[in-house]
Amino acid sequence: MAVLRCTAQRYTPLFGALILLLAAALGPASPARAKVFDPVSFTLDNGLQVVVVVNRRAPIVHHSVWYRVGAADEQAGESGLAHFLEHLMFKGTEKLRPGEFSEIIAANGGRENAFTSWDYTGYYQNVAADRLEIMMKNEADRMANLRLTDDVVLPERDVVREERRSRIDNDPASQLGELSRAIQFLNHPYRIPIIGWDHEIEQLSTQAAIDFYDKWYAPNNAVLIVAGDVDPEEVRRLAETYYGVVPAKDIPDRRRVIEPPQNAPREVRLVSPRVRQPQVSIGYLAPSYRQASGNAAYALQVASEVVGGGATARLYSRLVVDQGVAGSAGAGYSPTNYDYSTFQFYVAPRPGQEIEPAEAALRAEILELLNGGVTAEEVAAAKKRLVAGATFARDSLSTAPRVIGAALTTGGTLEQVEAWPERIAEVTAEEVNAALKEVLRDEQSVTSYLLPEPTS
Amino acid sequence: MPLSTRRLKPAVALAAPNRRPFLSFLAAWTLALVIALTALQARAVEVQRVVSPGGIEAWLVEDHTNPIIALELAFRGGAALDPEDKTGLAYMVASSIDEGAGPLDSQAFQGQLDNLSISLRFEAGLDSFNGTLATLTENRDRAFELLRLALTEPRFDDEPVERIRSQITAGLSRESEDPEYIASRALRLMMFGDHPYARSARGTEASVARITVDDLRGFVGERFGRDRLYLGVVGDITAEELAKALDETFLALPEQAAPFTLAEAKVANSGETVVIAKPIPQSVVVLGQDGIRRDDPDYYAAYVVNYVLGGGGFSSRLVEEVREKRGLAYSVYSYLAAYDHGDMIAGGTATQNARVGESLDLIRQEWRRMAETGPSAEELEAAKRYLTGSFPLRFNSSDNIAGMLVGMQMEDLGIDYLERRNDYIEAVTLEQARRIAGRLYKPDALTVVVVGTPEGVTATREAPNDGS
Repeated sequence: MAVLRCTAQRYTPLFGALILLLAAALGPASPARAKVFDPVSFTLDNGLQVVVVVNRRAPIVHHSVWYRVGAADEQAGESGLAHFLEHLMFKGTEKLRPGEFSEIIAANGGRENAFTSWDYTGYYQNVAADRLEIMMKNEADRMANLRLTDDVVLPERDVVREERRSRIDNDPASQLGELSRAIQFLNHPYRIPIIGWDHEIEQLSTQAAIDFYDKWYAPNNAVLIVAGDVDPEEVRRLAETYYGVVPAKDIPDRRRVIEPPQNAPREVRLVSPRVRQPQVSIGYLAPSYRQASGNAAYALQVASEVVGGGATARLYSRLVVDQGVAGSAGAGYSPTNYDYSTFQFYVAPRPGQEIEPAEAALRAEILELLNGGVTAEEVAAAKKRLVAGATFARDSLSTAPRVIGAALTTGGTLEQVEAWPERIAEVTAEEVNAALKEVLRDEQSVTSYLLPEPTS
Repeated sequence: MPLSTRRLKPAVALAAPNRRPFLSFLAAWTLALVIALTALQARAVEVQRVVSPGGIEAWLVEDHTNPIIALELAFRGGAALDPEDKTGLAYMVASSIDEGAGPLDSQAFQGQLDNLSISLRFEAGLDSFNGTLATLTENRDRAFELLRLALTEPRFDDEPVERIRSQITAGLSRESEDPEYIASRALRLMMFGDHPYARSARGTEASVARITVDDLRGFVGERFGRDRLYLGVVGDITAEELAKALDETFLALPEQAAPFTLAEAKVANSGETVVIAKPIPQSVVVLGQDGIRRDDPDYYAAYVVNYVLGGGGFSSRLVEEVREKRGLAYSVYSYLAAYDHGDMIAGGTATQNARVGESLDLIRQEWRRMAETGPSAEELEAAKRYLTGSFPLRFNSSDNIAGMLVGMQMEDLGIDYLERRNDYIEAVTLEQARRIAGRLYKPDALTVVVVGTPEGVTATREAPNDGS
């Protein structure tokens, strides 16, 4: 809806994991041909990777730049810096005063936004195809020429603190999500919220933002994506003209710490009078695409579909429909991270019911997955659904950039995106069961309870 | 799951109380429509009127690029028609007619959808009952057949009905502590009073408990008539194929729905302020007053003016004053909502408790400045450039386009509307914009609801009782 500039993506802690699966995992299309989005790709001399996806439905274009840096690349004590910088990227350059790029975009009928994850930071505009050049010129400008002063930085820091209150502090489920991550990861920075801890956001300085920008923002640490009604050769020409002149930099390696062995299950309970309906989720440390060996990341996506992929998946049909011990139940897994992922289950009892029977039923299902495994029939049906999802993914202008951008900034390749349906189609029940055994280990799990305050 | 940073605010909270993952129509549509529709240059979208041999009409945009088909349907008449003691009826029907139909019980029906990757969903807005279907071309016939079954032979077996009831109840219970939901509920109650537009489309825990299977059946029998049906289709299907599918799918519906009437809503411009105390660090503020009807000759002028005040992303006055200059909030906004029988202008923000008074004063001040002087010539031009230039962006997916086709029919905008819409925006003059701003914005009439522990705000009355 256009009143607002909000992306469809929301920071979905824990319980919303399901929806993310498709969006994040897709690289869809027909299994026979390895054409999902059929992108054209090339790299400029300064190291900028460019991807073009032609989609001629309407005379419009999506233009985005993704940097290979996110919240997990911050230093200790500076949580929220990657996201704060993202806000500050709208505050002007040597040529443009604060907000001027946004005014230019609006004056051209464009819509824009930006987003930050643990692994990447992105900026995009959607606009009439004949305005692409204006977007490229100004986005390239702020790749190298950002100018920040306290008079615009400090009010924006207050904005970010309000954003934190809206997203997290006002919402018990989101607060629990922060706590769950903090104990899911013992060492890795995925334990720290993207938006940052409030006491650290409060201390972020203009200089810290400039330093982070200088360190990470450069063409050789970025991906440019153009999708829509465009000619790839014309995009190449424009990219060379505007982005090609931005100098490359020495970019530090992404040094991410490794999790130590996780030797015991953890749990966290958030009890609040503001919780009306209890829920429980169980998360297991799981590999990302980059970490997974063999077909494991694909097998886990199939597993997630078998267990939690809709109204006839195991958890919903058994716990909600057959046993009636739950009002909702599901599972989710998204491997599109630079480092670790998690495999999540969740269940909520029906109103008036206790949480214990629902949790027990969920644990019984997990146990059965380990002991009995999934069947070949279940795997075949799940694969068919996942692969069909690929065809739908080609429909919307924004899906290809989202999938490709996330892949290329988390260690993936275009070939992997394009081969996704084939890789899914190859998955066997044995692979699914082996992957589940590897992941569903009690000692690497976190159980999170969202509980109402007991009425006495 | 990235964190998007520049959200200004889901106006959805007020316009569409339903938070199920897709469009609650008219409400959402009214917003989207205006923003959305601009003259689209020929190439992109050619709208065909398809009338089947049996007389069923649909608007079609053929697109054979991908092997998929998207269909949107709407029956005029929505949750506002629910019986007073059974509010939430339309919503419960929407949630349960895909839970078994004809020979298929709930799991069999859902199993076919899953196995064929067919997406079929229903939604109840205040003024309409909507459905959306998406399928691969290869499963087209079965997809239409499942849609027909859901609309004409829903089973409403005990198990799914009770399951769905428990899910709706859980959702209502959960949201009863959500500050945005609490605020928008209270605002609607204060603004619309006894009129059904004051309700939540999902009803209350008490009213949902009273709905029987007979009520669900009664709703289907009375409300799903071909005379109330609007259809938009996009994708890999020809006009001929669609005509045949229309008869197979919709001829089984009664020719006419039961007649209904809905009183015109009289919006209270109360000037009252309510504080609902909640122990949260950030207060949620919503406010509203009467608005303008979709068919008012000044509607487009009002729409452009609202863009300048608080509808325009980063360039709006509210964002400039509240967010950009002072860092008081992450989101601040205003919007027009036009229903079939009522209208409002609403706005809101969320800000730390200590600065609520300041934020509210600023919003009122901008409301007053807009009433007194209207937009500047530069602001009007910038608004027109954005609103006309951004129109084609609405054509970014099949379901968006199908939704627009339905909205155009329901609002009686004409099949060539896409080509004319920008002319309406362009025709707005500075004089007209200033006149309509003076007529529309009433800072002293605003009804204000604050949820939180705000400072600098004085309540003028008790919070309304929503009966739940």
